[in-house]
Amino acid sequence: MDQFLQHILNGTILGGTYALLGIGLTLIFGIMRVVNFSHGELYTFGAYIVYLFAMVLSANFFVSLVLAMVLGVVLGAAIEFVLLRPLRGASIDTTMLVMIGAWIALQNTEQLVWSGVAKSITHPFPAEPLILGPVSVSWVRVFVFAVAVLLIVGTHLLIHRTRLGKAMRATFQDRETAALMGVNIGAIHTATFALGSGLAAAAGALLGPVFVVYPTMGDLAALKSFAIVILGGLGNFMGATLGGFILGFVEEMGAGYISSGYRDAMGFLLIIIVLVFRPTGLFARKERVG
Amino acid sequence: MKHWFKQAALLIAAVIFGAASNSAHADETIKIGVTEPLTGAVAASGNYVVQGAKIAESFLNAKGGILGHKVELIIEDNKSNPKEAVASVEKLIVRDKVPVLMGAWSSTYTLAVMPKLIEYGVPMVVETSSSGKITTSGNPWIFRISPTSEMEAKSFGTKVAGFNIKKADFLVVNNDWGRGAASKFGAMLKSKGIAVGVIETMDAKAQDLSAQLAKIKASGGDTLFLTTGVEQITLVLKQAKEQRVTHRIITTGGSSSPDQLIAQAGAAADGTYHLLFFAPWFPEAAPNPAVAKKFVDEWNKRGYNFPGLTEGFRGHDGIMTIAAAIEAAGKAEPDAIRKALWGVKVDGVNGDIAFIKQGPAGKESGQNIPNVYIVTIQNGKVALP
Repeated sequence: MDQFLQHILNGTILGGTYALLGIGLTLIFGIMRVVNFSHGELYTFGAYIVYLFAMVLSANFFVSLVLAMVLGVVLGAAIEFVLLRPLRGASIDTTMLVMIGAWIALQNTEQLVWSGVAKSITHPFPAEPLILGPVSVSWVRVFVFAVAVLLIVGTHLLIHRTRLGKAMRATFQDRETAALMGVNIGAIHTATFALGSGLAAAAGALLGPVFVVYPTMGDLAALKSFAIVILGGLGNFMGATLGGFILGFVEEMGAGYISSGYRDAMGFLLIIIVLVFRPTGLFARKERVG
Repeated sequence: MKHWFKQAALLIAAVIFGAASNSAHADETIKIGVTEPLTGAVAASGNYVVQGAKIAESFLNAKGGILGHKVELIIEDNKSNPKEAVASVEKLIVRDKVPVLMGAWSSTYTLAVMPKLIEYGVPMVVETSSSGKITTSGNPWIFRISPTSEMEAKSFGTKVAGFNIKKADFLVVNNDWGRGAASKFGAMLKSKGIAVGVIETMDAKAQDLSAQLAKIKASGGDTLFLTTGVEQITLVLKQAKEQRVTHRIITTGGSSSPDQLIAQAGAAADGTYHLLFFAPWFPEAAPNPAVAKKFVDEWNKRGYNFPGLTEGFRGHDGIMTIAAAIEAAGKAEPDAIRKALWGVKVDGVNGDIAFIKQGPAGKESGQNIPNVYIVTIQNGKVALP
């Protein structure tokens, strides 16, 4: 029973960061129709920025986290402006290839700058875990979970309560009509890509201190993000959030009670099952575009 | 007339370039191919091995090289990936025409490249991999200086009584190295009447090991044998502390770089034990203290990372073994080197290197019998237990 409770807790904490990764990717796909293969690199970028500020330049840990998110937004905006803007209207395959190129270029740049050897980021949280009856969790993970939930709620509010969010939703529903109603589609695309990238960088910045940081760390994160987005239905915000938590639980329970060797296969097994029975994803709605 | 000039010019050019390439032939270097993981999941270890190999290269060249030729290492990155390991070996053999190789760190990468050695007929000195399969599968081009998991388990078996283990659990990387270590150490423990609890595996790239650790905690063992690279050991130690796993942790495979663990895992590294094949804190205790001391001094002089010495020595010993074989062969040709490797006697940093036969008769691989050390981390310092 204690083991079960520990798995539930671990799955929840893990799910929070998975959800954060998933919503960034799903927003970009839903609004821009871009399959963003550079998502994992933004995750890595976030982690290295925290390493740069907190460890190399000895800046405050929390300031470094904020800087990582802000710079993630800036890098995302730059990628959209330089690579995707000239390709608007191009087929989905063309943009996909460009994003694969961006992924390889970014990863190799990280390798060049930081070398392949893993780095460790120290955090100001106590080393002793938080003990809740029979289970325990480290303080840094509690913090990561709390910030992830805040960011998810914040993004939800941004989309549903602000003018920018309304414009994003309008673009999502029908790009041409939105443009006719005076929505600046170019600006919406830049904002969407910057937001999605910022969320990926935030996930990397939060998890960098929990794990270790190395140039290919984003590959597995990108793979999981795609799994989450497919699970939740492409372009579905709530779907990605729930998909993140579902993946966290399935991995944790699969590793705990079936076989840890197939831990990463569990999520993909689930996707196959979902795709067989609900090809548009678990939470797809009828009005979804595309 | 013009046509004739052109022909003459071409002829002269050909003679000059021909002569130039001839003279280049005279000071040709002896190339040694190295394939190591310089990037990716186990990059730290691969880089340390290469640094050790470069020290060996400079030691050899300071003495005037081998057979009057300078030694040149051609180093390729196998990207912590078995497919890339095969590609790197193919490139080294076909394009760079190296007569001998050293690599490929992980058992999985080594096993992946082994068919290429037979295909092209090039010998390889294996400096790190410990899966038993490497030397027992009948590949006559393999010469391993690192211990097999079985040798390591046997060596630890002589000291296991002091650890007073009642029930042991395993957490190993899900590849040939990890699973091999779990099976050999498990068999050794059972033969001593020690119970084996759960055997958990983890993907080499996995960062979150909470599920495995929750299961290990629930198993109720007192000791956890951990086999993986230093990056993942760091994660396991940190996460084990977070989940209050009280097992005593013993790492196997010699890739734990204890000083790096102290730096990156902090207090979580205290009380852990590590099986190593070189203890650079105590070079005077090595079987060849002068060799060990010279290597450690050069490593420090170059400002390399001290924690890397427990991996770096492998590169040094591997290259020195290859150099001795080329010297004995009298020429840098693959088959001659392979034959000469059977007779080498090298004073390595780990100890005396020589090969015994393993595997099916007629196509045996070479296997060295190395020394194994145990160290422990106490209050942020490495000590002998």
